[in-house]
Amino acid sequence: MLKIKVKLYATLSSFLGDVASGTPVEMDMPAESTLGSLVELLKLPLDEVKICFVNGHIVELEQVLKEGDEVGIFPPVGGG
Amino acid sequence: MFFVRVNMTDRTFKVEETPAAYKYLGGRGLTSNVIANEVSPLCHALGPNNKLVFSPGILTGTSAPTSARISIGGKSPLTGGIKESNAGTSWAADLGVMNIQGLVIEGQPAEKGQYWGISVIWDGKPKVEFFDATQYTGKVLSEIYPAMYAKFSDKVSVCSIGMAAEHGYSNSGVVFNDMKKRPTRYSGRGGLGAVMASKGLKFIVLNRAGAPGMQIVDKALFEEGRKEMISALRTHAVTKPKGALNSYGTAVLINILNEAGGLPTRNFSSGRFKGAPMIAGEAIFESNKTRKGKEVYNHSCSPGCIIQCSNTVYDAQGEEITSCLEYESAWSLGADCEIDNLDDVALMNALCNDYGLDTIETGTTIAVAMEAGVIPFGDSKGAINLIHEMGKGTPQGRILGAGTATTGRVYGMTRVPVVKGQSMPAYEPRAIKGIGITYATSTMGADHTAGYTIAPEIMGVMGKQDPLSSEGKAALSRAFQATTAFLDSTGHCLFIAFAILDIASGYQGMVDEINGVFGTSWTAEDILKQGGDILKVERKFNEEAGIGKEADRVPEFMKTEPLPPHNTVFDVSDDTLDSVFGEL
Ligand code: SF4
Repeated sequence: MLKIKVKLYATLSSFLGDVASGTPVEMDMPAESTLGSLVELLKLPLDEVKICFVNGHIVELEQVLKEGDEVGIFPPVGGG
Repeated sequence: MFFVRVNMTDRTFKVEETPAAYKYLGGRGLTSNVIANEVSPLCHALGPNNKLVFSPGILTGTSAPTSARISIGGKSPLTGGIKESNAGTSWAADLGVMNIQGLVIEGQPAEKGQYWGISVIWDGKPKVEFFDATQYTGKVLSEIYPAMYAKFSDKVSVCSIGMAAEHGYSNSGVVFNDMKKRPTRYSGRGGLGAVMASKGLKFIVLNRAGAPGMQIVDKALFEEGRKEMISALRTHAVTKPKGALNSYGTAVLINILNEAGGLPTRNFSSGRFKGAPMIAGEAIFESNKTRKGKEVYNHSCSPGCIIQCSNTVYDAQGEEITSCLEYESAWSLGADCEIDNLDDVALMNALCNDYGLDTIETGTTIAVAMEAGVIPFGDSKGAINLIHEMGKGTPQGRILGAGTATTGRVYGMTRVPVVKGQSMPAYEPRAIKGIGITYATSTMGADHTAGYTIAPEIMGVMGKQDPLSSEGKAALSRAFQATTAFLDSTGHCLFIAFAILDIASGYQGMVDEINGVFGTSWTAEDILKQGGDILKVERKFNEEAGIGKEADRVPEFMKTEPLPPHNTVFDVSDDTLDSVFGEL
């Protein structure tokens, strides 16, 4: 198992229960899990998952997670 | 279409047909060409030889969605170069409806300390009337706006300047009314407020009653384009109703930039701010929900906008503190000053609106003053006080009002985040290389809107590009800068770009809207070329003003101080920066 921290933002935050947007939540994942499997586990609608970060780097769903990773997931956002 | 020239030396005006050379120009394309043709690049920005040009976009005043933008052009007292600054407001649409393609303010009154207002009405063609406005000076804008509506009618649109402009600050904007007649919509950047004040002009009131409306040559084509544009804006996840912009406003970006390590914090010394979630769009939405007892979605800044991104921040009693608190302002007055108290940030925003200050320049200036030890980082009450000093024009306030670069010099600071004298907005060049290239090379000084590479670098709009890499970013910035120069000419709000860069039929819709208005048959390539031509005109003006490629650089500290959390520097070579315009 590996321990990671997950932060969901904006419209996605409700998928972690009643927490404010961006609140880090600790999770245990099986070793060799990918970001995609985390998204599946959290039941995030795929068309709402737009930008994913691991430790501040933008990554794709194939990314393999490591112990201590900090994950941030965003729906489509824009502004200026 | 008409050109209205107002001479403030003797308070006379002239109405003429739009000169043939400007027939197919609008917004930024028009203002930059008029400034380049008529203003000496070496004139003093606050002297009689500078001009202030207002131009509605090509589509402004038509039923094209999200198209009520006004461009203002002039020589900037902040950068010393050419400036175009735009805002969304009914004032823009009214100018279009009154068929005024260019409103040019010229000259300078001999009388010092005296101010006039002009009222533009429709009398078979545009007609200008002057009125004494000296009694309205020295007051905050929220106090004098109601007086204008009382004096004219509640159907007019009002443009003005605040006390910051009256003090001659390089940090002073030109303000327009929002949909609730509040003085909140700013052409904020570059000190054009001080240019308007230098001409003794306090108000421009537009009364569109009786005006004919915009002429459209090919109505069917225009309608077709308009429909495609509407459909793109309604479908795209960012711009659709209850999408990101409509729910959380532009401040939805606070968290994603923080996550990317690109949210400039503590005067550009870190890319992450612990307090970011507290000043983010989501926090504003949740706080409003609690305080108003219901979900509050955002509103439009101007007629006909279907994106509607403008928020309102309410206090604990449910009373409005400010509208609208943009991402840029929440960041500059918040993260960059290490302030995480949302109510205080909102109050600072309201004060900037009241005094006529640019929120970006104000926040970055206060952050430099904080680093200099004037007040501690995070001291929101101290920051509020400094904004009052700026408004009142105390010696301390005047130093700050001159902008970030001047404040840095006064206090002997080295970490001063400016390019060409204009402070950087809310994206860190060391963590997001493409936007750094735009800051460095833009004709406007550090300006994110000039070439918003954030779309692919952070948001995944128009593909995805690694923000930390500089690979291919000069070309990316160049393409964005050219496209933007044209978008700024259409009258569409730049935020349509999120939708039309992803949805090709929306882009074609914009081309059709414009061809419909003009009766032209331009292609997407023609448009890109026109954008490039606008940049060349601006670039030439700047070079003649003494601002050449040596000024296309980021400050030295960004090349030597690694920025946490990624611990990267701005590693883009001078040759790469020079290629942005070199290969245009
Ligand atoms: S998207 Fe926002 S800023 Fe742009 S016109 Fe609409 S309300 Fe104004």
